[in-house]
Amino acid sequence: MNERAELLLQIQEAEFAAVELQLYLDTHMYDQKALMEFNHYSNLIATLKHEYEMKYGPLLNFGFSPSQYPWRWLESPWPWEEQY
Amino acid sequence: MWIYEKKLQYPVRIGKCDLKMARYLLTQYGGPDGELSAAIRYLNQRYTIPTNEAKALLTDIGTEELAHVEIITTMIYQLTKDATVEQLEAANLGSFYAIRDGALFPSDANGVPWTAGYIQAHADPITDLHEDMAAEQKARSTYENLIKLTDDPGIKDALSFLREREVVHFQRFGEALRIVQEYQQAKKVY
Repeated sequence: MNERAELLLQIQEAEFAAVELQLYLDTHMYDQKALMEFNHYSNLIATLKHEYEMKYGPLLNFGFSPSQYPWRWLESPWPWEEQY
Repeated sequence: MWIYEKKLQYPVRIGKCDLKMARYLLTQYGGPDGELSAAIRYLNQRYTIPTNEAKALLTDIGTEELAHVEIITTMIYQLTKDATVEQLEAANLGSFYAIRDGALFPSDANGVPWTAGYIQAHADPITDLHEDMAAEQKARSTYENLIKLTDDPGIKDALSFLREREVVHFQRFGEALRIVQEYQQAKKVY
């Protein structure tokens, strides 16, 4: 696995934990332990995402990710082209 | 508002061209219990659901289902992209090729186009949440059928992930249903 795919996998793992905790919190709003875990993953995602975007360009559109010059959003591979 | 994230929710490892499996997978793209049906079903039911728990859950699960559409379409694309016309014909996909070459299209495994007839909405939250729970179980069964139709470890792995998500969504919808029932009973007291 190349370095980019490895960092992307770390993001996928952290985001998966956050998705799972988000759905859980939707029906358990007073679970403080789950909320702490959610905030932990939220911070981890921000750190990993920043590192990824500095190296490989924006992950999110519409202003949620900055871009270096020239406009890096266009760079391949797109998610459906990714070879693992 | 939705923001696109330029990555798959789960990595898809497709080793080789497998046209038969690609055709079977179509049912989870545009079939009755597919991911597109799921996304539209939940996002469309949000407006009339009464509790904040259910509003959040329909929004969040509906959004996750859109990511699952992308996993399924990526699998179909990667399994078919290198196929020759002869291979498509041999795999009984000649009629698909005649209509749209290699383009993807939301249909079931028989080529029947996706229709809004696959989803339901009744405004009654008990009815809608039961519809959603049933939909998750039907999708789970479909994934189990698909897993039995392939030996490819990469395809099995991605399908197992998607199957597990159906189980979790069923669980969360069940909790939302209990909260809605408590809400309705509490209302009668006042």
